[in-house]
Amino acid sequence: MVHRNRATRAAFPAASVLTIGALALTACATPSDPGGSATTGGTLIVGITADPDTLFPWKATQFQAINVLQNVYGTLTQFDAELNVVPGLAEAWEPSDDGTTLTFTLRDGVTFADGSDFDSADVVSSLEQIRLEETAAVGRASLAAVTDIEATGDLEVTLTLSAPDAALPANLAEINMAMLSSEDTEESLSVTPNGTGAFTFESRVANESLTLTRNDSYWGDAAPLDGVEFRVIPDESSIVAALQSGNVNLAVLNDPLVAETAESSGLAVAETPQLAYHALMLNSRSGELGDADVRRAIQCAIDRQEVLDTAALGEGAVTGPITSPAYRSDADARPCPTRDLDAAREYLAAAGLADGFSISTIVSQGSYATSVNEAQSLAAQLEEIGITLELEVLESGAYVDRWIAGDFEAAVALNSGRPDPDGMYGRYFTSAGNLNAVAGYSSDTLDALFAAGKSSTDPAERAGIYDDIAAELENEAVWIWLFTSFTYTATTENVSGFTPMSNGSLQFLRTVTLSS
Amino acid sequence: MRRFFAHSLTRRLLGALATLFGVSVLVFIMLRAIPGDQISAGLGTEAAALTPSQRAALEAYYGIDQPLLVQYFSWLGNLMTGNLGYSSRSQASVLELTASSLPVTMQLAIFSIILALLVGIPLGMLAASRPNSARDLLSQSVSLVGLSIPAFLLATTLLTVLAASLGFNPNGRGYATFWEDPSLNLQQMLLPSLVLGFGIAAPIIRTTRTAVLDIASNDFVRTARAKGIATRRLQFRHILRNALVPIATMTGLQFGYLLGGAVVVEQIFSLPGIGRQVLIGIQQKEYALVQSTVLIIALAFVIVNLLTDLVYRIIDPRVRAE
Repeated sequence: MVHRNRATRAAFPAASVLTIGALALTACATPSDPGGSATTGGTLIVGITADPDTLFPWKATQFQAINVLQNVYGTLTQFDAELNVVPGLAEAWEPSDDGTTLTFTLRDGVTFADGSDFDSADVVSSLEQIRLEETAAVGRASLAAVTDIEATGDLEVTLTLSAPDAALPANLAEINMAMLSSEDTEESLSVTPNGTGAFTFESRVANESLTLTRNDSYWGDAAPLDGVEFRVIPDESSIVAALQSGNVNLAVLNDPLVAETAESSGLAVAETPQLAYHALMLNSRSGELGDADVRRAIQCAIDRQEVLDTAALGEGAVTGPITSPAYRSDADARPCPTRDLDAAREYLAAAGLADGFSISTIVSQGSYATSVNEAQSLAAQLEEIGITLELEVLESGAYVDRWIAGDFEAAVALNSGRPDPDGMYGRYFTSAGNLNAVAGYSSDTLDALFAAGKSSTDPAERAGIYDDIAAELENEAVWIWLFTSFTYTATTENVSGFTPMSNGSLQFLRTVTLSS
Repeated sequence: MRRFFAHSLTRRLLGALATLFGVSVLVFIMLRAIPGDQISAGLGTEAAALTPSQRAALEAYYGIDQPLLVQYFSWLGNLMTGNLGYSSRSQASVLELTASSLPVTMQLAIFSIILALLVGIPLGMLAASRPNSARDLLSQSVSLVGLSIPAFLLATTLLTVLAASLGFNPNGRGYATFWEDPSLNLQQMLLPSLVLGFGIAAPIIRTTRTAVLDIASNDFVRTARAKGIATRRLQFRHILRNALVPIATMTGLQFGYLLGGAVVVEQIFSLPGIGRQVLIGIQQKEYALVQSTVLIIALAFVIVNLLTDLVYRIIDPRVRAE
């Protein structure tokens, strides 16, 4: 019955022609980018998983948007690689003796990308607009203590404060406090950023790429690179494939499994501990959790290392409340440094709940990889002392809605950290803080400690105060702080000079060199 | 008969309009049933720090302070004037975004369908040529594998293996349209079309096999064979041509599915297609973007269905006569 095969045989050549054609195209593929000859700095290709959702720095909260804008805009102060506050657009600042005025001396000769000069008028206009409620700037609360902003010279600006604010210099280093030209508007900057950073905005193709070029009139050392292209590759595994084929030079990865794949394929991968922390947030204003002994029982029943090991492959470190490098809390300074089920049962008995009880926790599905696994590990551990942790696993939008409304008994959370501990927790744990409803806890002790931390300008004294704050938070078991994780910076072998930072900043793209 | 054709066309167009209206209502309601809005999607947990008046200002900015009916009809009214909405995240109109994303998905869908037909029809005919034989088992197995392997797994594996072992990864080089760089564009379409084409080939193999077996058992085939007609002619002119109607139906369905459903493959291969446009829109709660794009996909689906009907008329004279 050979004849029957002919029909099918006839179709195969067509398929083969297509396949061969495709292979021929493959063969003539020439890797044309990333570029860089020996004489130029070249263009660095950075892989990112999402398009920046805004180009306006005062409203940027998305990781990718902040990373791009940090390279384009400047701030009065800025962070060095260890997150110390160092001069930025202000070359110096001086508090008055009573700490109620702060005078900034601006750098001379700084220009915006459009060529206009940067001076005190731009600083006054920027800070005034950030303070305005209708601007809806993310950093508005950082200026809460500021009562007046005045240009006291072409290159001098004086802030008057209602009370001393030691956290202000660090808060001014966040990109949400970027200095904008007084002539620009949100509308124009959303399309064409105009900053004083090491790079200037060149072009953008929505959902595909965003390109920066070197700012030759940057006030600091000019970047060795000619430019940077942020290329949108939505999937982290696909970014690793692009690194392997040399189409992308640098990428920051979050998934430990993907980072492991990258490392085993010969890419350079640097681990950086993060300021962001994983925690079980407890709402002390609801039910049984109002009793500190109940919260302590939960603290004692949880083995943080086990949560880290089971949920995040052990990639990270157990942590206390404060992750800011200069103020970092001792992870073991708490009533139960390690898991202690007997102590946990005693606390429960003291609260009159020896038979246990149940609480529910919200868990985000999809916003970060480890959330559900953390929740399951927590539930399994609490079950052993009779506490039933009911998981309410929510899509990330639904989770955020409940989180911002403070509508939960407990929340498995990954919260961002800040280089200054006041910026990090003042808004949560002071009774007037704008996230206090979410924190679910406040006390006179904490209010007084945070006020003292804010008004002290002596670094050693401040460090002592924040140790006291961390101790208070742990002793009262306000939340259960679990662990911090890493980010992974993967680079191809021709990339050198990049310093990853624990706040996730890509500001050191300005020191990267690319060899050909 | 022409009048009859015109009549049935009118009826179909009215049906299409009703479908589109239904889709517009559904997508509008479903989007608003999802928790969160553009404010919390954009600011995340920072939205907790907004004062009530800041929130009100942002709601007015995004147009979500209006009653739902007003929102719906103003969107519909804008559609009538050709204004599909604006994406504040991308700083571009939905029309501009769609003008660049729809061709990407169309190209991907056409390539995938061609590959699927080139693999599916021959394998289906091969299977039908001797049912329950080794060759039938082989082609049925190919079909089963095609149905069982998830696209994301095949896509990630292909991408990773080829990039790591051969350094071949055109999709890592930034998307190029056919007009910008035909060679790069075709390379970028190769792997995603293979992945999607393989998945679609599976139902086409099965449909072809069933249809060919069905037609081959008809009296006219036996008669033709008795008349001594050449086997090749019998296979193509008589059996395959008659079997094409269900194959065309299946192809049309799969093509429509590809227009909206290629999102996973677009994600993995970084193709800025329309599926990804909808996905990003949903994540960011950009209502107008999602509503208008889904409506465009629905419209494309309707057009593909109409075209499939026209194809029936070409391949089957009986449909024309009806």
